[in-house]
Amino acid sequence: MTKQFPPGTYFMQGNQACAEAAIAAGCRFFAGYPITPATEIAEHLANRLPQTHGIAIQMEDELAALSAVIGASWAGAKAMTATSGPGFSLMQENIGYAFMTETPCVIADIQRAGPSTGQATKCAQGDVMQSRWGTHGDYTPIVLSPNSVQEMYSLTIRAFNLAETYRTPVIFLADEIVAHMRERIIIPPSHEIRIVNRKKPRKTDKTFFNTGKTPPMPSVGDGFNVPVTGSTHNKHGHRYTADSVVHRQLVEGLASKINKNANQITNHEDYNTENCEIIIVSYGCTSRAVYETIELAKKKGINAGSIRLKTLWPFPEKAIQTAAKNVKMILVPEMNLRQIFYEVERVVHGATPVLPMNKIGGGEMITPEELLAEIIRGVSNID
Amino acid sequence: MTEFSIREYLRSMRLPFCTGCGNMTVISCFLKAVHELGYEDLRKFVFCSGIGCAAWIPSPHFKADSIHTTHGRSIPTATGVKLVRPTLNVVVFGGDGDLVGIGLSHLIHATRRNLDITVIMVNNMIYGMTGGQMAPTTPFKAKTTTTPYGNLERPFDATQLIVAAGACYAARWTTFHIDQLRGAMKRALTTKGFAFIEAISQCPTAFGRRVGLKTPKEMLRWFKEESVPVQKARKMTDGDLVGKIVIGDFVCRERPPFTKTVYETIKEAANDTQAS
Repeated sequence: MTKQFPPGTYFMQGNQACAEAAIAAGCRFFAGYPITPATEIAEHLANRLPQTHGIAIQMEDELAALSAVIGASWAGAKAMTATSGPGFSLMQENIGYAFMTETPCVIADIQRAGPSTGQATKCAQGDVMQSRWGTHGDYTPIVLSPNSVQEMYSLTIRAFNLAETYRTPVIFLADEIVAHMRERIIIPPSHEIRIVNRKKPRKTDKTFFNTGKTPPMPSVGDGFNVPVTGSTHNKHGHRYTADSVVHRQLVEGLASKINKNANQITNHEDYNTENCEIIIVSYGCTSRAVYETIELAKKKGINAGSIRLKTLWPFPEKAIQTAAKNVKMILVPEMNLRQIFYEVERVVHGATPVLPMNKIGGGEMITPEELLAEIIRGVSNID
Repeated sequence: MTEFSIREYLRSMRLPFCTGCGNMTVISCFLKAVHELGYEDLRKFVFCSGIGCAAWIPSPHFKADSIHTTHGRSIPTATGVKLVRPTLNVVVFGGDGDLVGIGLSHLIHATRRNLDITVIMVNNMIYGMTGGQMAPTTPFKAKTTTTPYGNLERPFDATQLIVAAGACYAARWTTFHIDQLRGAMKRALTTKGFAFIEAISQCPTAFGRRVGLKTPKEMLRWFKEESVPVQKARKMTDGDLVGKIVIGDFVCRERPPFTKTVYETIKEAANDTQAS
């Protein structure tokens, strides 16, 4: 193995693709704690990062893992951690801290069936709302959702680029099926990979927080004397815990940094949406059954299309709203007990019926046949 | 070498501590130690601290880079900083609640790794900032706001714990012993490996006045009269040591520092890769 992973076509596991993509994106620090089904990311990076002059460390728990990532990021390194539901729960306090301190980092959450220990080895999509609202207080996370090994690679790179672009934590919300499956992947040559690095301050810069845009980020040890705090702070980083205006400006400013760029951040895939009468809104492993469903529906004389969400948050409101105007029904299949469904219902706002379809347990995917049956049932109810 | 002026190291802002708080003593001992080691400023330092009164010692008052983390997570954050920037002096300040309460596991593991940082634990035996609740260091039977019938639990001996976990340097002094505390800080900062100092400190506001020690002076007298040097304590029985504060250098030894091991491994792994 050379330092640079040779470009080409490979048969690779999703978690390994994520780990290699992290290296390609410039990640030089990983801290983690073993957990199924995310462990391969830690194992792969433990082997590969030192070869690229990077550091991989196993911490005593997930609280420590994300803390170390945040410390490494302030020391100037692109950094990530990887976990699953139980560990993701423990990381919530520091996700809020990373958001509040504008610390770029990537948190991969490979979803398994919860709550609690649940079914550790089985797939689920139950962390969608936790990824949006998991930490306390008001905030706006960026959350990406891959549906293939190829996207375990490409969206990991995008996760790092978004983290650096907006100086914010990015949650890479994959699931056990996509992370553990092996399939064909094309690793592009490095010159074809777009890499974003954080904006560094000029010597004269004094404001490093909440500047309205993404502020420049000094590293500790560079002589900027920067105080970093999760408490409410002003543009210099100084604590202001009694001032209502400073708090409002900070929290609204951090949220709007993401929200006003939602059009650049949100990303989805349209498939067969032209003139379709039914739209299936899906993401992650569940979306993999949708393509075949569309073919099966065609044979039944139903023209179905797909909107696949590659970013869950910010939620791609406009795409859903536009699609809702021209269809008879929207179906939202998920491996949880309705999470994105309510968000679709909110943005559609009665323009067309929205049907949930939910399946949990045993890591069993929703099959094309089950999706088709739901479409037929939905259509007959509308007609 | 310029003459020591504490203002050179502090931002011009009011310190938030109560009258008589031991944190001021810790600050002056530390900055003097830094000065005596030849540092004219804190450029080569990064400070990490968690939540609690002692966490406010460096952040934002020191003219330096500081990371004020979530409660108990200063040490793992310092781990990330030190691993990426091994040439910086990474120093953690924290209280007993922060470091041996909510963050205890991180303290033990950083010691076990022999992470080359300095941890200064200001032990005031109470959760001061929240108004005087029982801490893992509160003396047995002491009355606090959450132990109105007296503390039913036994306190930690944090320094002994850190010795057992493998620290290169571990010492305990009190805010009465300012010269010794400053000397210990100098030894800690020059230790190549994990260094730990427990500074027993007075909290007259949230602790002293509830246990019959109404002024800082009374608390300092208590530190003076009840302190026993560690060499002497080793010859005493557990019964003799009840209520005593054992002070001194507990351990001073050489072990390979963590960043050295990590970077040697990286060098080997990266060279192997290029060769193959």
